[in-house]
Amino acid sequence: MASTVTPSNPDPLLNVAITPELVEKHGLTQDEYKLILDILGREPNLTELGIFSVMWSEHCSYKNSRPLLKTFPTQKADPNAPGQVLVKAGEENAGVIDIGDGWAICFKIESHNHPSAVEPFEGAATGVGGIIRDIFTMGARPVLLTNSLRFGDLSSAQSQRIFRGVVHGISHYGNCIGIPNVGGDVYFDECYEGNPLVNALCLGILRHDQIKRGAATGIGNPVYYVGPPTGRDGLGGASFASRELSEESAADRPAVQKGDPFMEKLLIEACLEMMAQEGLVVGIQDMGAAGLTCSTCETAARGGSGIEIELDEVPQRETGMNSYEIMLSESQERMLVIAQKGREKELEAIFEKWDLHAVQVGEVKPGEDMVVTQHGSPVVHLPAAKLADDAPVYLRESKEPEHFAKCRAWSPDSLPAADAGTLQAALVKLLGHPTIASKRWITQQYDHMVMTGTVIEPGSDAAVVRLRLEGAEKLIAIANDCNNRYCWLDPYAGGKIAIAECLRNLACSGARPLGMTNNLNFGNPNKPESYYMLKEAIRGLAEACQFFDIPVVGGNVSLYNENVDKKIDPTPVVSIAGIIDDPAHVTTQYAKTAGNTLVLLGGAPDELGGSYYLKVMHDLKTGAAPEIDLEKEKALADFLRAQIAAGTVKAAHDLSEGGLLCAVAEMCFTPGKTFGAKLNLAGLGEGATLVAALYGESTARALIEVPATEAESVLAAAKAAGVPAQDIGEITAASELAVALGGETLSWSTTELRSTWETSIEKVMAR
Amino acid sequence: MRVAILQFPGSNCDTDALHAFGGVLGLEAELVWHKADSLKGFDAVVLPGGFSYGDYLRCGAIARFSPIMEAVKAFAAEGGPVMGICNGFQILCEVGLLPGALIRNNCLEFRCTTSELKVEDSDERFNTQKLGQSIRIPIAHGEGNYRIDEAGLAELEANKQVLFRYAENPNGAVGDIAGIRNKAGNVIGMMPHPERAVERFMPSMDGLPVLRAFLELTSVSV
Repeated sequence: MASTVTPSNPDPLLNVAITPELVEKHGLTQDEYKLILDILGREPNLTELGIFSVMWSEHCSYKNSRPLLKTFPTQKADPNAPGQVLVKAGEENAGVIDIGDGWAICFKIESHNHPSAVEPFEGAATGVGGIIRDIFTMGARPVLLTNSLRFGDLSSAQSQRIFRGVVHGISHYGNCIGIPNVGGDVYFDECYEGNPLVNALCLGILRHDQIKRGAATGIGNPVYYVGPPTGRDGLGGASFASRELSEESAADRPAVQKGDPFMEKLLIEACLEMMAQEGLVVGIQDMGAAGLTCSTCETAARGGSGIEIELDEVPQRETGMNSYEIMLSESQERMLVIAQKGREKELEAIFEKWDLHAVQVGEVKPGEDMVVTQHGSPVVHLPAAKLADDAPVYLRESKEPEHFAKCRAWSPDSLPAADAGTLQAALVKLLGHPTIASKRWITQQYDHMVMTGTVIEPGSDAAVVRLRLEGAEKLIAIANDCNNRYCWLDPYAGGKIAIAECLRNLACSGARPLGMTNNLNFGNPNKPESYYMLKEAIRGLAEACQFFDIPVVGGNVSLYNENVDKKIDPTPVVSIAGIIDDPAHVTTQYAKTAGNTLVLLGGAPDELGGSYYLKVMHDLKTGAAPEIDLEKEKALADFLRAQIAAGTVKAAHDLSEGGLLCAVAEMCFTPGKTFGAKLNLAGLGEGATLVAALYGESTARALIEVPATEAESVLAAAKAAGVPAQDIGEITAASELAVALGGETLSWSTTELRSTWETSIEKVMAR
Repeated sequence: MRVAILQFPGSNCDTDALHAFGGVLGLEAELVWHKADSLKGFDAVVLPGGFSYGDYLRCGAIARFSPIMEAVKAFAAEGGPVMGICNGFQILCEVGLLPGALIRNNCLEFRCTTSELKVEDSDERFNTQKLGQSIRIPIAHGEGNYRIDEAGLAELEANKQVLFRYAENPNGAVGDIAGIRNKAGNVIGMMPHPERAVERFMPSMDGLPVLRAFLELTSVSV
C-alpha cells in the first residue's frame, strides 16, 4: 500500500499543490487525475504526477489501442507447429520466436516520429539506439536493422532537410554500432509533410536458454544502474510523443535525446557478456521512454515485488537535478539491471573492463511499491503495478471518414483516354518517383554488410541475412511494408494488403514467415475519423495474421501524428521475419539470363484505385483500394515457394507500386548488368483496360523468371495450384523493353529507364 | 600460425576478421583485448574495422594510445606482419606505422558499396600476377579520404608502396589510393574490407587472395 502522506521533496518546487492546469500540462485528463487520487488516496507531489503522466501516456500504456491490439494472434494456432512463440507480445521488451536447433529470434519495430520531426538527425539516431536496446535486453545479439521511413513530397525543402537528417542519423548510429542496416521501405507522400515517420526495427538472435526477463524478483537483490550519467535531455519524451505536433514543438527541443552509438556498442558487449554468466542477472530492462521511471516500476510490476532506489546514487551529468528531472530524463544508452545478491563484484568487473558505470542504486523490496528516495528520504512512493498496468483504457468514438463514399464512387471512366504517348510517359514518371525509384542514395550511406552475413543486399524484395551460429547456420529474411494510399482509401483492406505484400516479398525471396511486428502510425484517437482508421486497420491486420497463422510478437503505437493543419494517412507499418530452409532457395528479383521466360502470376484485374499511376499522371488519390483475397495470396505464396524449392525460379519479384511494367523494369536492373525484355501483352487480363493492365496495382501477383524449357511445366503446375499464370515474354540481352499490345508496340531503353530510376533521388539530394 | 585480431572499444569488424582468418582460412585466430600489453606467440596482427572510441577526436586518434599499441609497434619493428583494415588503417596512420592520414570522404557521406580496385605491382606478394589486374572488395567508411603531402606521395610512389587504387574514387583519396604498405613491406593498411569478400554469397571472393598475400609475410620475415 502506497504511503498515505504525500512525500516531500527537497526541491520545494515539487511540493506545490496540483492544479487542473498542471494536470493538463502533463497531458492527463481531469478524469485520469481523479483516478490517480483514488489509487493513491492522497494528492501526488509533482514528481509523482510526472511519473503518472509518462506511464499513462499512449507511448507507455497503449491506453487508446490496447483493446484493439488484443485481437492480434500472439501464438501459432497449432502448438506443435514449428516457429512457436517463446515470449509473447506485451510480456517483455520484445517477443521471441523459435527457429529450431535451440535458437530463437527476437525482433521489434518502434517509432521515433515526433523527435525526428523536431530534430531529424538525433531523433532518428536515438530511434535506432532505442530499438537495439529493446533487443539485447532480451539477451539477444542484435544482427540486423531495417527502417520504415515516410517523408513529405521530396520537392519540398523541408522534406529534403528532414529526409537528409533522418538518413544521416540512422547511418551515424547503425554504422558506428556495427549492425547491418539491410533494408526496409521508404515512401514520399505529401501527407507526411512536417510529420515524418521513422520506424526502426532490430532483430536479434539468441539461444532459448539465454532469454532474459525484465522482472525484479528476489527480495534483497541489488538494483544496478548501468551506462552513462543522467542529464536533463529528453525530459518527458514519452508524453511529448503522445501529443500533436504544433508550431510550438520546436520549443520542445530539450525533449529530444542525444545518442551516442559508441556508448551503446560498449553497453551491448558488456551486457551480453554479463548475461552469458549463468544466474548473474535476475532481470534487466533498458531505460527507454520514461527512463528510470518506466524501468523501475515495470520491473517491479512484472516481478510482483517492490523496488526502492536512492537518487543520490544515480550518476548525474548535471548538478542540482531534482527528483522530477532524474526520474523523467530520457538520457540514452542506460540500463537497469537486477543482479543476484552476492555476485556484485562479478558484475562490476565486467563493466569495469568496458570502462562503463555500473552503480548499485537500490534493491528489490518486499511489498509492491516503488519507492524513490533522495538524500535518504522518500520523494516518491507509488504502487508499481497500478502505475504500470492500471492506466485507463479507452474505446473511442469512431466514424467513417467523409472521403470514403466519394472515393468509392470514383470511376476510371472519368479519366481522359490514355493514348500511347501517355502510356509511354507513365513508366518513366513512375520509375522516377522517389517512392518507386532506387533507394541507393540511402542504402549506400548504411553499412549493410558488417557482420559479413548479408546474402541479399538492400533493394530486392526482402533482405536476407546468413547467421553463423554454434552448430547451425540460419538464413533469416525480413520485409517491411505499408502503402498509406490504400489505407487512406480503406484501412481494413490496407491493413490486409500490408501483410499480404510482406508475405509476397518473403515468398519471392524463398522464405516462409515466422512472425510479425507492427508500428501503428495514426492521427489523434480523440477524433472519431482517426480512431476509425486505427480500428479498421487493426481489424485488417488481425484478420490477415489469423488467416496466415502469423503470430504478432509486439510493436509500437504512435498516435497524434498530426501537424498543424493536417494529419498523416493511416500507416500501419508491418514487418514480417521469415526463414529460408535451404541456401539454394535464396532468390532475388534481378533477371539472370537472356532468353529466359517471364511468367506473370495472378493475372491483370481491372483496378486503378489508389495507384501511383493515378498519383503521378493525374494527381489523384481516389478510387477503391485494390481488392484483397487472402486465399489467392496464400495460393500464390505457396506456389512461389514450391517452384523456388523445385529450382525452376531464377528470379521472382512481387507486383506493387507502379504495377506490372515497373516490376518488369526493376527486374531488368540487375546489379552490374542491364537486361531488356520483350513482352506480348495483347489480350492480357480479359476485360481490363490497358492502363490497369500495365500500371494497376492489383494484389496477389508476382513475376517469375524461368528457363524457357521449363515454362510449359511451370504454367501447368500453376494451373494445378489454382494460380492464374501467363507467359508474357522473355528476358533479352539487348537493353530494350518492348511491349506489344496487339496493334501497337511501346518501347523504352532500359538503360535510360535505369538511369532515371537510379538517379532520381540523388539528383534532388545532391549538395 | 596464430593470428591476433585486436579488439578496441568500438571495434565492430573484429568478429568478421576472426571468421575470415579462423573460420574460412582455418587458421588459429584469436581476439586480443586492447588493454593487453603483449603479442607474444602471434605470427600476424590484424587491426580490424569499426569505430574505435566512437571516432571521437579523430578516427584512430585515441586507440593509438591503447596499451596494446606499444606491443604492435614492437612487433612491427621486428618485421612482424601487421594489417590495418578501415579503422585499423586509420589507427596505423595515427600511430605512425604508416604514412599519411585519412579524412572525411569528399562527398561528406558514409559510403558502403563494392568497389573495384586496381592492383599495383608493389612487391613479390602484392602484384597483378598474384592478385590479377583488378579485384572487387566492399568498402564501408565515412573517412577514407587518404591524404599525404607531395613529398610523401612521391616517396610512396617511388618505393611502390601503393597496393591498391580505386577504379572509381569514392572518397577523394589522393592518387585514388585505397591501400598502402610501409617501406619495409610488413605493415599494410587498406580502407576496403577484404574480410567481407571471402565466401561465395558475398559480393566477391577477391578478399581471400589479399588475406593470403598478407599472411605470406609471416614466412619471410618472422
